[in-house]
Amino acid sequence: MPKNELQPEKWVDLYADYLFNYAVARVSDSELAKDLVQETFIAGLKSAKNYKGDAAERTWLIAILKRKVIDHYRKINSKKGKAEVRINYSTDEGEGDWLEERVADPFSKGGDDTIENEELGLAIQDCIDKLPSKQAKVFNMKTIQGMSTEDICNELGINPSNLWVMIHRARTALMGCMNQTWF
Amino acid sequence: MKITCEEAGHICDKSQYKEASIWEIIKLKLHHAYCKACLKHSRKNSRLTKLCNNAKLQVLEESAKEKMKEELSKQL
Repeated sequence: MPKNELQPEKWVDLYADYLFNYAVARVSDSELAKDLVQETFIAGLKSAKNYKGDAAERTWLIAILKRKVIDHYRKINSKKGKAEVRINYSTDEGEGDWLEERVADPFSKGGDDTIENEELGLAIQDCIDKLPSKQAKVFNMKTIQGMSTEDICNELGINPSNLWVMIHRARTALMGCMNQTWF
Repeated sequence: MKITCEEAGHICDKSQYKEASIWEIIKLKLHHAYCKACLKHSRKNSRLTKLCNNAKLQVLEESAKEKMKEELSKQL
């Protein structure tokens, strides 16, 4: 098996969106996620000499990003007492009720859902990254950013039938790519 | 009234972004009545739309990417 090599000049184009979605799912703050991705790239560059080539480039970057996310939570929890969970009875009449009945957040969607959506997101991102770059761009603008056909055409200097051909190819490729697991 | 499979595919793509007219959708449905291949394709296409919506994907703006590239090239 050929050894993997790092190509930092291509990192942003190849992995920024994937890392960004990975981070957003964990910190739920897009500004912060952006910073973490940036820090990950810089840290990756600094420790490039430690890269042995065993893992794929992206896997290696994800491992760094994971550390960054953990560090972030450490930092915000480091003030003493912040990590403590206190449960009090909110009203007197509730006293004596089982505390366990109060822990579940009625508004949370349940863990499984979140995990599944995140996996799904990364799976789609994975497939988008495999598309030719022009198709990926058009698909992103149309589907994820929800831009109008006219705006995209103006921005990229293409006509609507070009756009629809690219959308069609991208969607067909994505259906094929996602096929086994998600359809 | 009859449309080709190619046209059907095009209408189906447009309808994923709510850009197909009612008339086009009627023609598409009619096409589905006798063309099972397109029907199957359309179902998958709608499923893809649903998956994309569920995933709540986000993309980094180009300006953010440019900034990252700059920062990186400074370090290179």
